[in-house]
Amino acid sequence: MIDSLRQSFHRFLAVFRGAQLDRDFDAEMAAHLELAIEENLERGLSPSEARRQALLRFGGPQQAKEQHRDARGLPSLDALLQDLRFALRMLRHSPGFFLLAILCLTLGIGANAAVFSWIEGILFRPYPAVSHQERLVAIGGTSRDEPRGTPLSWPDYLDLQRSCTQCEATFVTKITGTTLSTGERAERTTGSIVSANYFEAIGVHPILGRGFLPGEDVGQSAHPVAVISYKFWQGRFKGDAQILGKTQRLNGVIHTIVGVAPEGFYGTFVGWEMNFWVPASMEDIFEAGGYKLEDRGARWIEAYALLKPGVTLQQAQQEFAAIGKRLEVAYPATNRGRSLRLWPLWETPFNNAGTLLPTLEIMLAVVVFVLLIACANVGNLLLVRSFARRHEMSVRLAIGAGRARLWKQLLTEGLVLSLLGAAGGLLVAYWCRHALVLLFPARGGVQMHLPGEIDWRVLALSAGVCLLTTLLMGVAPALQANKIDLAHALKTEASGVVGGGGRAWLRSGLVLVQVSLSFILLVGAGLLLQSLLRIRTASPGFTTHRVLYTAVDLVSAGYDITRAETFREALLERVRALPGVESAAFARMVPLSYGSFSSSPIAVDGYTPQPEESPTVDYNEVGPAYFITIGIPFLAGREFTRGDDEKAAPVAIVNETMAQRYWQGRNPLGDRVQVKGRWLTIIGVAKDSKYSSVRELTKPFFYVPIRQNLIRNGDLHIRTPLAPEVMAAAIAREIHTLDANLAPYEVITLQEQLDRSTSPQMVAVTLVATLAVLALFLAAIGLYGVMSYTVSQSTRELGLRMALGASAYGLFRLVVLRGLALTAGGILLGAAAALGLTRLLRYLLYEVSPYDPLAFGSAFLVLAIVSLIACFWPAWRATRVDPIVALRYE
Amino acid sequence: MPGSKLDLLQGTLDLMVLQTLATMGSMHGYGIARRIEQVSGDAVVLNQGTIYASLVRLQQRGWISAAWGTSANNRKAKFYSITKRGRRQLSEDAAYWQRLSSVMGRVLALQERSDEK
Repeated sequence: MIDSLRQSFHRFLAVFRGAQLDRDFDAEMAAHLELAIEENLERGLSPSEARRQALLRFGGPQQAKEQHRDARGLPSLDALLQDLRFALRMLRHSPGFFLLAILCLTLGIGANAAVFSWIEGILFRPYPAVSHQERLVAIGGTSRDEPRGTPLSWPDYLDLQRSCTQCEATFVTKITGTTLSTGERAERTTGSIVSANYFEAIGVHPILGRGFLPGEDVGQSAHPVAVISYKFWQGRFKGDAQILGKTQRLNGVIHTIVGVAPEGFYGTFVGWEMNFWVPASMEDIFEAGGYKLEDRGARWIEAYALLKPGVTLQQAQQEFAAIGKRLEVAYPATNRGRSLRLWPLWETPFNNAGTLLPTLEIMLAVVVFVLLIACANVGNLLLVRSFARRHEMSVRLAIGAGRARLWKQLLTEGLVLSLLGAAGGLLVAYWCRHALVLLFPARGGVQMHLPGEIDWRVLALSAGVCLLTTLLMGVAPALQANKIDLAHALKTEASGVVGGGGRAWLRSGLVLVQVSLSFILLVGAGLLLQSLLRIRTASPGFTTHRVLYTAVDLVSAGYDITRAETFREALLERVRALPGVESAAFARMVPLSYGSFSSSPIAVDGYTPQPEESPTVDYNEVGPAYFITIGIPFLAGREFTRGDDEKAAPVAIVNETMAQRYWQGRNPLGDRVQVKGRWLTIIGVAKDSKYSSVRELTKPFFYVPIRQNLIRNGDLHIRTPLAPEVMAAAIAREIHTLDANLAPYEVITLQEQLDRSTSPQMVAVTLVATLAVLALFLAAIGLYGVMSYTVSQSTRELGLRMALGASAYGLFRLVVLRGLALTAGGILLGAAAALGLTRLLRYLLYEVSPYDPLAFGSAFLVLAIVSLIACFWPAWRATRVDPIVALRYE
Repeated sequence: MPGSKLDLLQGTLDLMVLQTLATMGSMHGYGIARRIEQVSGDAVVLNQGTIYASLVRLQQRGWISAAWGTSANNRKAKFYSITKRGRRQLSEDAAYWQRLSSVMGRVLALQERSDEK
């Protein structure tokens, strides 16, 4: 046993000492022969006879050498090293091919690894630095109207915290923000309202100070403390070592800083960086709608549960459904028709993950296509090279290498290429790992953070992709090696443009595949582009180009609610007096923003809700002249005026859908609706418009006057033909006149607001279009390579044709037609596949059919033009063939 | 098959080399090959060159050791000698061969007797 281990060890070492051991053995053989010759001489043979006999008895020296080598080393390892050395040498000799192949592979494998890492980041570890994410689930509420998920209320959360037996911990987090001004401009900073156990539950320990103490999350505004993020500490406080105990004004209230979160922790909201955390007791400072911690009907919480180890989502879901039922029975007024639901982290209804994942899935499909195309390209290149080397292959076969040996060598070459490509690709992916955020433009100045993780899963997947590409690329040349007919190949080197027979089908097949994949991508890009254009030009129900909006954060500056209203009135007067301003108005929220509208359960005279229904409708608090400013037309009744103030009767304006649903066709004017305990008289019916998202279905909505429902912060809408930049300076000036400490947010048109809200579609289009162009580029290279090589190999045939009278134009046409035939085949194939696949894009398409002829037509056109260009140069070369030279060439 | 030379299997050649070195002491490759030829009375087919594969194997297993030196006639040659482990291996293998050949002999003798009948 020991002996065979010894032997294996020595055999392994011998592989690397080959040259030296060979020299040693040569010396030994020489010595052997000398001794033999000497003995023969002593026996009386002539010198030449002595030598001959000695050699005879010895046997073949070459044979002895081979036996020696086989005995002392590991033949398979030897063969592998030999193949590697040979492959590297061949690659060094053709740097052009080498670089092109590596480039294709780096792009293909790199794109795949990057998307893997993004998916990995969002799917498995969306929250950097948080422990046990695999056991975290999101808790939300559902109702008959909103199965997609609603937030929870604080009393409901306390109940489920008490009753849940399968949770190790539950905690609450709600995204919020405040404005911090830096002189001229105000900037929005995101933070989180959390339960007191937040930091313990997620296993994040502040590097300075502490998290929150139990009990700090109850009591109205009772605990003005905050934990700040590492970046915030470094940026705003310059890493002050004495930070604990210092204060920061957040939304007008002085908070004491009690802790600093560790570096690399960004909170638990996918996509957003949190800069500060405050306990839930401070909720009414940050959220509109008053103190909600004791109101079971106020739903504002995003909650999570850390399940006990071994508990599955389904088991926990059953328990939560039961808890929901109990709450429904115990509190029918607020909880009728509502239940609790759990979601895995990447599907939470209240952050970006849900919107991201479908886009990422499409991305993955697309990069897989790109990889296939890249492999086809490199495979084609390898194929072309192996065809050039078939003479060499034939010689190898003739002197005794088995076909398996040839296959091994070709696969080794493929392996070298794909390893280098994979290394490059991983580097690209590493650089791009945080690039996902580039595709999601900052909205309202808030910086997003979408981490990509390169960990063992990504590496393993990339290694798998690498192996797969090796096999895919190695197969083509290896198959061709199989077809070598020894006698024929050793004799001739000819092939034809039109001929080429069986060997040509593989090359052509690869180009066909590339062309069809490019076609599919182009169609996809076309469809998505059209969809994006439709969304952007679809009318949202209000004017988009002549209306600007901005806001001033009065709450952070410490304005109370009445002072804020006074400020707004004064500002409105000044803004309306500015030249170029047609009208202006405030509203609590601009349409299509990320925030949520106020909402309230309603009751209507003459409408009895269904047994499972508790009607809740969103609404906006708007000022006089709002509708004329924003351009929403009326169907009946009138706008709010200055007369609808706190002393007048409470009024409301409803939209078309609300009138339909709750008054069933009767005229609602003069009727009443009950909102938050007050009865409001309907004075107008406005046309429907889009409120939260361009893609939303029509929903009921109503408006109330600001003066009867005071708000703290509002958005200023201005109707003017002037550009935003022009207005920005003027507005900033007016604001400074009123209060030198305040500054406005950026001023943008409502069209810009709409564009920003359609970023998922924008992302999809950008990505698919980019990758389609990439695929097209690769396919063009492939086509060019094949045509170019074919022409160079058929100089003899071309020369012959020319000598027999073919014109230059005729040869040109021949080559181009061959190339176009390939393209046409690819397009047909691609079209057939696209017809089947574009259905999958349906959910991203807005009023565009998946079979839209414009998309298919333009893809066809683009491909046709590109392939014409790709074939041009080789065809041109074909016409320059000198027939005399060609015919002489054998 | 009377008279034709016996082809040697790997293991048997190794055994012969070990035995030669054990009895003759340190020798070079040529000497070992010649000795085997002499002792077997030319009954063995041996391309002398094949002995070196055997020597490499034995060396890698630690049963023989090698060193360059000078022969009787002042020629440079690589000399091999058997090691202690080699001697142990030799005695084990030799015992095995004895047993094997006596058993084979008895079994084959049985066969011949039944043929005679």
